[in-house]
Amino acid sequence: MTSLTIELNGAAHSMRQGETLHDLIDSLDLLGKRVAVAVNREVVPSPRWPKHILFPSDRVEVVVAIGGG
Amino acid sequence: MNLHDTPAAQPVADPGLTIAGKTYASRLLVGTGKYRDFEETRAAVDASGTEIVTVTIRRVNIGQHANEPSLLDAVPPDRFTILPNTGGCYNAKDAVYTLQLARELLDGHPLCKLEVLGDEKTLFPNMPETLKAAETLVKDGFQVMVYCSDDPIQARILEDIGCVAVMPLASLIGSGMGILNPWNLSLIIEQARVPVIVDAGVGTASDAAIAMELGCDGVLMNTAIAGAREPIRMARAMRLAVEAGREAFLAGRIPRRFAASPSSPMAGRIA
Repeated sequence: MTSLTIELNGAAHSMRQGETLHDLIDSLDLLGKRVAVAVNREVVPSPRWPKHILFPSDRVEVVVAIGGG
Repeated sequence: MNLHDTPAAQPVADPGLTIAGKTYASRLLVGTGKYRDFEETRAAVDASGTEIVTVTIRRVNIGQHANEPSLLDAVPPDRFTILPNTGGCYNAKDAVYTLQLARELLDGHPLCKLEVLGDEKTLFPNMPETLKAAETLVKDGFQVMVYCSDDPIQARILEDIGCVAVMPLASLIGSGMGILNPWNLSLIIEQARVPVIVDAGVGTASDAAIAMELGCDGVLMNTAIAGAREPIRMARAMRLAVEAGREAFLAGRIPRRFAASPSSPMAGRIA
């Protein structure tokens, strides 16, 4: 399968063509974790991950809550 | 007549702090940054008696931490009201985007803390960007608690935009310099129709008490607790100070006067 490069949290990340956000989050071992995801600065709610196919140069952000004031 | 025949009326209990329609018994809000670990964070949160804790939104470290405990396991959203902040944002666009992600992360929870910073040296709020972000967020259904300058005009504008609480700084974030301009805070408190919460600058318990004695509805702090030599003990001190300050405010302090006034009656003196 052809691979493609997306930007994940500011760094280049390699994926296979046709893979979805769900595949990506799964590959990061983050399924079921409390994370939020945006693609190209648009929030994508988790129910939409399985249908959201990623394309070259997509900018994906995966965030968590950490300590802060 | 025996004094005990007419017991003094018991003071009416403080009804608590109401933000966006929800009432909290505690008037202390605490941040979760700068603690040694999550265990210490939770112990300090518990000792403070707070019901509202702030968190910040950051990128996941890819390839790390996937199975490590998370902050929201230590301070679970079913137990505490989680207040996501926009710490580190220097413009309205980034702040709005951060809170959109936060809302998704917290299952649609609309309460948030907006802070748009002006520069790294002072961490003073950038008010034009803060106003812009507040407008966008309120229109989008967020309940915005907003870190702002201690300027009564800015506070009023934020209130008019629809923010659910205004949170002026008492002094610079993390500085521990205390309440530097009580007069400005009083002006804001006097006019406000939403809760006024001092956010930033508290260094020790007396600072929190002073804020509450001025009539603030609450105090938000992080470094003053997390940076203390014994954070858990300081968390307790802050709980007591906020309660004491609030009670003193409700009780009504005596006026300051330049002359002495004896506490013991003059009549019936022996000499």
